[in-house]
Amino acid sequence: MGSFRRDKDDEDEGITNIYQNLEKTSVLQETRTFNDTPVNPRKCIQILTKILYLINQGEQLVAREATDCFFAMTKLFQSKDVVLRRMVYLGIKELSSIAEDVIIVTSSLTKDMTGKEDLYRPAAIRALCSITDNTMLQAVERYMKQCIVDKNPAVSCAALVSSLRLASTAGDVVKRWANEAQEALNSDNIMVQYHALGLLYHIRKSDRLAVSKLVNKLTRSSMKSPYAVCMLIRIACKLIEEEDISTEDMPNSPMFTFIESCLRHKSEMVIYEAAHAIVNLKNTNARVLSPAFSILQLFCSSQKATLRFAAVRTLNKVAMTHPAAVTTCNLDLEGLITDTNRSVATLAITTLLKTGAESSVERLMKQISSFVAEISDEFKVVVVQAICALCSKYPRKHTVLMNFLSGMLREEGGLEYKTSIVDTIITIIEENAEAKESGLSHLCEFIEDCEHVSLAVRILHLLGKEGPFANTPSKYIRFIYNRVILESPIVRAAAVTALAQFGASCPALINNILVLLSRCQMDPDDEVRDRATYYLHILQSNKPELYKHYIIERETCSLTLLEKALTEHLNGDLSTSFDISIVPKTAIVKEEVANEAMLISNTPRAPKITREEESAARLSQLPGIQVLGPIHRTTTPIQLTESETEYTVQCIKHIFANHIVFQFDCLNTLPDQILENVRVELTIPEGFTTRAVIPCPKLPYNELQTTFVIVEFPPDIASSAATFGATLRFVVKDCDPNTGEPDSDNGYEEEYMLEDLEITVADQIQKTKKSNFQAVWDAADTEEWVEAEDTYSLSAVSTLQDAVNTILKFLGLGAANLSEKVAEGTHTHTLICSGTFRGGAEILVRSKLALSDGVTMQLTVRTTDPDVAELVTSAIG
Amino acid sequence: MEGFMMEPTLNIIKGMCIMDNDGNRILAKYYDKNVLPTVKEQKAFEKNLFSKTHRSNTEIIMLDGLTCVYKSNVDLFFYVMGSAYENELILLSVLNCLYDSINLILKKIVEKRMVLDNLEIIMLAFDEICDGGVILDADPSSVVKRVDLRNDDIPIAEQTVAQVLQSAREQFKWSILK
Repeated sequence: MGSFRRDKDDEDEGITNIYQNLEKTSVLQETRTFNDTPVNPRKCIQILTKILYLINQGEQLVAREATDCFFAMTKLFQSKDVVLRRMVYLGIKELSSIAEDVIIVTSSLTKDMTGKEDLYRPAAIRALCSITDNTMLQAVERYMKQCIVDKNPAVSCAALVSSLRLASTAGDVVKRWANEAQEALNSDNIMVQYHALGLLYHIRKSDRLAVSKLVNKLTRSSMKSPYAVCMLIRIACKLIEEEDISTEDMPNSPMFTFIESCLRHKSEMVIYEAAHAIVNLKNTNARVLSPAFSILQLFCSSQKATLRFAAVRTLNKVAMTHPAAVTTCNLDLEGLITDTNRSVATLAITTLLKTGAESSVERLMKQISSFVAEISDEFKVVVVQAICALCSKYPRKHTVLMNFLSGMLREEGGLEYKTSIVDTIITIIEENAEAKESGLSHLCEFIEDCEHVSLAVRILHLLGKEGPFANTPSKYIRFIYNRVILESPIVRAAAVTALAQFGASCPALINNILVLLSRCQMDPDDEVRDRATYYLHILQSNKPELYKHYIIERETCSLTLLEKALTEHLNGDLSTSFDISIVPKTAIVKEEVANEAMLISNTPRAPKITREEESAARLSQLPGIQVLGPIHRTTTPIQLTESETEYTVQCIKHIFANHIVFQFDCLNTLPDQILENVRVELTIPEGFTTRAVIPCPKLPYNELQTTFVIVEFPPDIASSAATFGATLRFVVKDCDPNTGEPDSDNGYEEEYMLEDLEITVADQIQKTKKSNFQAVWDAADTEEWVEAEDTYSLSAVSTLQDAVNTILKFLGLGAANLSEKVAEGTHTHTLICSGTFRGGAEILVRSKLALSDGVTMQLTVRTTDPDVAELVTSAIG
Repeated sequence: MEGFMMEPTLNIIKGMCIMDNDGNRILAKYYDKNVLPTVKEQKAFEKNLFSKTHRSNTEIIMLDGLTCVYKSNVDLFFYVMGSAYENELILLSVLNCLYDSINLILKKIVEKRMVLDNLEIIMLAFDEICDGGVILDADPSSVVKRVDLRNDDIPIAEQTVAQVLQSAREQFKWSILK
């Protein structure tokens, strides 16, 4: 039976599919047939179709092949066959970008375009415009104008759409056709109306007054094309946003009245467009919103999947801006959770989770768990992400959410899915101290039966970090040691490291740990054995300061920067030894929260890189930058101008051990000017020295260009926080706004005042995050360290949280042990934080805060450099 | 807030595509230089799109930042793609136009074999529905009027053997079905 069926299939294919196994060269050979007289239309159509099919399948023609084919095709203009002629037009359009000398067919096409045959004309216009360049446009301009107002709607549409294409390269010429487009707007044909509106808007879009007039006129005359009405709604919205109409004036605005009236249009397309537009407007209130939301609610229960999708997508998008209004649709959204279309279902869940109230969390979770088993991994990941967001919103609900997550963890699922759950649990543990114990035990349970090595390793690492500080550290040891017995070498190695952490941090357990580690010395794997021996040796030494450096706080350098520093070292003077402390430590990268309705996307996520690594790559192109050593810190950009001025400048400060590189990103917003030799002149405070100024040779309109100034810090650290005056200096040349060519070679010097720049203490400090601050703090009580202490009264802040935020901002330090969060209702708080000063001095800060009338603070700084200690204590005040 | 306000433009369609039931491209057109610029990316996208849509006939999916509406029939899949912020109903109207036009052209036998037999007319229909991303016409009857220009009775002398066989087969099939 099977073989019989296959035979039949083969037979079918053999007869019908002439497009299978086409060979480019042989098909191109066949174009010789085009030269036959008289032309055989049937044969030629088939050959042309084959060529177009090949191109469509992704076959590349080189210029020579395309040109030959193109010229062969021109012969076919002799035939009167309609289909053949139309295929030739398609061929022309397809080949026009590859073949040379395509303008040869201009006259043939012009003839068809102005001829009598209505079946040729529209397609001929479009083909002609695809081969027309600016120089030839003058010649066809007259015809184009005529065609735009032609009484045949197809001709008019083709001319309008082609004009829009041409407008991108020859805007000036097309502008002259506005009158014709205006006339076409009055046509009875709906597509002509639509295209005419599109072209007119494109021509006038930079002139707000003209657009406003156009819209006002059209909103009064009712347009018939639903597409045109949708377009009009978008234009009206844009005007409303640009004019920034206030909430009170909104109901009286003619634009808004028009959009609102569209909610009662007969086409669903227009109704949706209007509802979508209204809920996305900036200045709205409940009264103007409610009709739009009712429409969306109605669509939620539509028969058509597309309508439901559209409604839920819109609700999802505005869930954050109008939570109250979206909540009214909750009932309908809950109905969509089980929708057959998974995109709809997922959007519904995430919307519900976004708007869910604290009280409804339990109910929602129950609903999700009822169907979570049925959906694919990709959608589960989206659900987990939404739950993660919910956890940060309602930290008190952690038990419900944690139980739900651990339930999901137990079920079958791929690596990506499991990773997202583990990520979420880890985030909860990090953000919420109360959830820590239960989270860790869920994870322990998970690694008992975990097939994913990468996850097991991560969890073991986390256990090593957090476990020793839990209420009963000993209970985790069993879970960890089980891994040593049962798992692959990679997991075993991670488990050994985790065990050592317990040994270092819990003196009570050290004897047990030593026994376990000595057993690991028999391990068959080298790495596991080595680690066991290493840790055993350190732990047996009984020196807590060694524990700190080699077990608890093993600092990690930024790998890319370490590589760079090592390469530089190898290329330089090898007589000095390499100093690892000048390599910046890995900074904490904050991952941006994707707020998008990012559904299933297979695009790989960009790897996380720190700002420092990014700027290191960029700065490495500057001459002489290598002598400054590796980069210590890069600040976020600061605007030095108002956003709507002629020139905008923003500054990024790159801090090195003894230097600052100021990077100025400049933008010229004047189309009729070109700036040359652009540089920033700084008023240097005492002690600082300018080392180099790297100007930007040329700053054309609307291009972001960069100029740099390199300044050396004063040797005295105490005076390193300072303010710089800044002036932008440049040579202005007037230029033609269209071409960007300067009118003459003579320019004039000009200067432009910028806002002052500051180098603060925080700029010079890179945050670090200590997982075990107390151990580090205690160890920093030796002779190398200096301690400075001072008491302040912070009168400007009224709450402890404000005080904590202010301190972290001024000092640029990273808080440890979640001490950046002040519990509600307390009157005292201890903030502990740490960082590295440029040059490598470590800074530890403990600040005890008490709330009385203002906030009183006792600040203790421990650091290896006395000057730094002084600077830090003086930074607050 | 990228895409928060949709820029009013006629360029709405990002792509149209017809695939067979193995996920192979029969015809595909992409209209935005910034969206899937190379054939390699296009094919990867199509493969992904097909794998996500061929089993569930649920009309719409969001994939790699594109909203795709689709429809399938016997051994063919029709797709219309637009930006993730686009009005889905506009895309759907274009998809319906594409499908209905082809349905009319192929006289209600929408199958891969028929599409390949009439590929030149289907190509013309693509061209008449969308020009570089602009919806040129969304009314199937007017599209068909402009592209289906063949005269039906081909002189027997000009028919290929395959075509003769084909029409004989059709007739035979119908006589059995009766």
